[in-house]
Amino acid sequence: MFHSAILIAILCIALAMLGFIYRAIKGPTIPDRVIALDALGINLVALTALISIVLDTNAFLEVILLIGILAFIGTVAFSKFLEKGEVIENDRDR
Amino acid sequence: MSLLHLAIISPFLLAILVPILYKLLRKVHAGWFVLPLPMLLFIYFLSYIPRTSIQQTVIKSFAWIPTLGIDFTFKVDGLGLLFALLITGIGSLVVFYSIYYLSKDKEQLNTFYVYLLLFMGAMLGVVLSDNLIVLYTFWELTSFSSFLLIGYWYDREKSRYGAQKSMLITVFGGLSMLGGIILLYLMTGTFSISEIIQQSNEILTNPFFIPAMLCILLGAFTKSAQFPFHIWLPDAMEAPTPVSAYLHSATMVKAGIYLVARMSPIFAENGLWVWLVAGFGIVTLFWGAFSAVKQTDLKGILAYSTVSQLGMIMSLLGIGGAAFHFDSSNNSYFTVATVAAVFHLINHATFKGSLFMVAGIVDHETGTRDIRKLGGLMYFMPITFTIAIIGTFSMAGLPPFNGFLSKEMFFTAMVRVLEIGIFNLETWGVLFPIIAWVASIFTFVYSMLLVFKTFTGKFQSEKLAKKPHEAPIGMLIPPTILASLVIIIGFFPNLLSNTIIAPAVAAIMPNFKVDVHISFWHGFTTELFMTLGVIVIGILLYKALPKWRRVYRLFPEKFSLNRLYNSILDVSQRASRTMTNRYLTGFSRTYLLYLFAFFIIILATTLFVKDAFTVKTNNLSSIHLSEAILALVISIGAISIIFAKSRLTSIILLGAVGYTVSIFFVLFRAPDLALTQLVIETISVALFLLCFYHLPKFKKREERMRFRIANAVISVGVGAIVTMIAMSAHSNKLFDSIAQYYVDNTYEKAAGKNMVNVILVDFRGFDTMFEITVLAIAALGIFGMIKLRLEGGKKNENQ
Repeated sequence: MFHSAILIAILCIALAMLGFIYRAIKGPTIPDRVIALDALGINLVALTALISIVLDTNAFLEVILLIGILAFIGTVAFSKFLEKGEVIENDRDR
Repeated sequence: MSLLHLAIISPFLLAILVPILYKLLRKVHAGWFVLPLPMLLFIYFLSYIPRTSIQQTVIKSFAWIPTLGIDFTFKVDGLGLLFALLITGIGSLVVFYSIYYLSKDKEQLNTFYVYLLLFMGAMLGVVLSDNLIVLYTFWELTSFSSFLLIGYWYDREKSRYGAQKSMLITVFGGLSMLGGIILLYLMTGTFSISEIIQQSNEILTNPFFIPAMLCILLGAFTKSAQFPFHIWLPDAMEAPTPVSAYLHSATMVKAGIYLVARMSPIFAENGLWVWLVAGFGIVTLFWGAFSAVKQTDLKGILAYSTVSQLGMIMSLLGIGGAAFHFDSSNNSYFTVATVAAVFHLINHATFKGSLFMVAGIVDHETGTRDIRKLGGLMYFMPITFTIAIIGTFSMAGLPPFNGFLSKEMFFTAMVRVLEIGIFNLETWGVLFPIIAWVASIFTFVYSMLLVFKTFTGKFQSEKLAKKPHEAPIGMLIPPTILASLVIIIGFFPNLLSNTIIAPAVAAIMPNFKVDVHISFWHGFTTELFMTLGVIVIGILLYKALPKWRRVYRLFPEKFSLNRLYNSILDVSQRASRTMTNRYLTGFSRTYLLYLFAFFIIILATTLFVKDAFTVKTNNLSSIHLSEAILALVISIGAISIIFAKSRLTSIILLGAVGYTVSIFFVLFRAPDLALTQLVIETISVALFLLCFYHLPKFKKREERMRFRIANAVISVGVGAIVTMIAMSAHSNKLFDSIAQYYVDNTYEKAAGKNMVNVILVDFRGFDTMFEITVLAIAALGIFGMIKLRLEGGKKNENQ
């Protein structure tokens, strides 16, 4: 019972990811794509969590945290790039 | 180290000192420092005569590489001593001559005498060493020092050409000789010539015997300027005349003769040896004599004459080798050829040395060596004329000079070829005396040409650069000594027979008892009438020379061997350049194509030749649905990278592949790998995007990758091969994994529960250290590439 519930959850998340992928490929503007990628990352978190339950292990909790951090950093970096045209400002260098 | 060793290396030691002395004592001609050494060595080697004349040999050894059987083993026997005396004796005369020939102020004398001493030492090493590798070492040293001496006036194009040519040809032969030496070593297990001679009967049927013989003969023929390798010798005449006199008449070109003589006891029992040595010798004799008549340059005539006379000595050695086939009882009949070879070797060194010196004097005093410009010099230089007459008449084989005696013996040997009756000599052997006789006629003609065109006839003062006069006394002494030797040996040939010739012949033919007696008068024999015929026809031909000179035009330059040599050089150079340009295209895609094509060819051949492709399914685990889906995703991602239209899509797809791999790591329970893979993939996708963003504008055409059938085939091939190898490797697991040790001991011995990390930092921490180093180097490299730009590099920055 519990197992099939997990499987259904995985299936739902996979479908959600397909939807986000469609948005990421299609997506008329760049912010659309960035948001889609961010959401994809969060879905990946959920997927990993569900797989850990299936595999009955707690070894992948760091992966979950890492994906969260990476998704955040990636989104912030992209946003800054869209805003200012560059990611790291290095005016102190020159 | 014995006195003998010291004697052989003394020229090298003096060669070190010469430049110092030259710098310190500029007022004295550098030749005076050099002169005492060859004279001392000559006297030293003379002291060996009493021992060698009673067939004693002196062997002195000094360890060099004893583990490989290579030692400085020097052996003085009759043959070695004869050559050592020639080298030191004529060496002294040549050094003396060069003191007067080379100007103290205009020439770089230090280099000249260094090269000459190097050559002298190397030549002594060649003729006295008993160890084949040592012999080869000295042999190459003679090639190098000869190269340096020919190119002495290195600012002249022709000198450089001649030096390069002689170097290429003699080193080619030298390397082949090294091959022969190694084959001999494989057969006998020793490098010592005397020990190889003792085993000569056993190696006769060895399969390496014939290749070894051919290799060694090639070395000897190239060095001794035998047909068709004689072409370097005439071009070597660009060297200063003392060098030509010393190297290219008396010593170096006889190194090949020495080698053939030395190797005779090993190889001569085989008929091929007799045929090759005698055959090449006689062809060289004829071709050299024939070509010499065509020359107009004094040294050119002498060069071809040297070629011809060397051919004569070589053919005599070949015929002499036939004697090895018989028992030593009835030998006296056939060994006459060897005696004649040794005798003519001495005679040739004397008269050819003097003739070269004469040519040098004529050149020095008139400014030209062209016989078309010379004439009537006998009134200006009577002494030179006398020396020239003696030398040329001896060369032509006229009595009472020594050339007459050796030519008579040569004819004797050639006539006896008819009676040998082995190695099929009875059928074609009849050619030997005929060719020999015709060649002697040409020898007579060019000898007369040499002396009479230069010293008699009309004096053409308007064609000469200088007003001719007799040479200084110092320049005349060495040729006078040689010319008087010509006469002394001519009248008293038996002075040499027991002291020098007999021991030398005994060294060439160790198992024979040779009675050397050179008689001045044979009686009315065939040989005498042959000589008379040579003289009569030779005079007629000389008189009629302008009429038949046209014969030489029948052989156009196009078919000459020089032309062949030049075109071989040219063609090989051009062909290799074309070839290199063909495959080195400069595109990395081509090189990758080669790499992968060879990868496929080699691995596929190995797989199928060894019949190694196997698939076993019994040790495979079952496939889950999630794995199958992930595999599908990763395949779709990878395939769509290839067909992606824009670069951005490729980068994103690559990222997708990377993330899917990390999900695989999750599925296959590798949390550490999954973590690392995620971070690294993110960073590298970011880096790719960085590169993409900075692409130059005009090249940012977004188009699909072009399809090339070869690339497709090769990529599919590589994939298939790797898959097959992976499958075969998986099916052939021979041993169990060692992983159980880590499972058991990670906590017990290393105090950790994360096995991956314990392996990385504890069990196999060394690898980790160097991977850290790799990352450090990469970081520093990137920093360096970005920060460090040389001056002027700014221009390229925003290209």
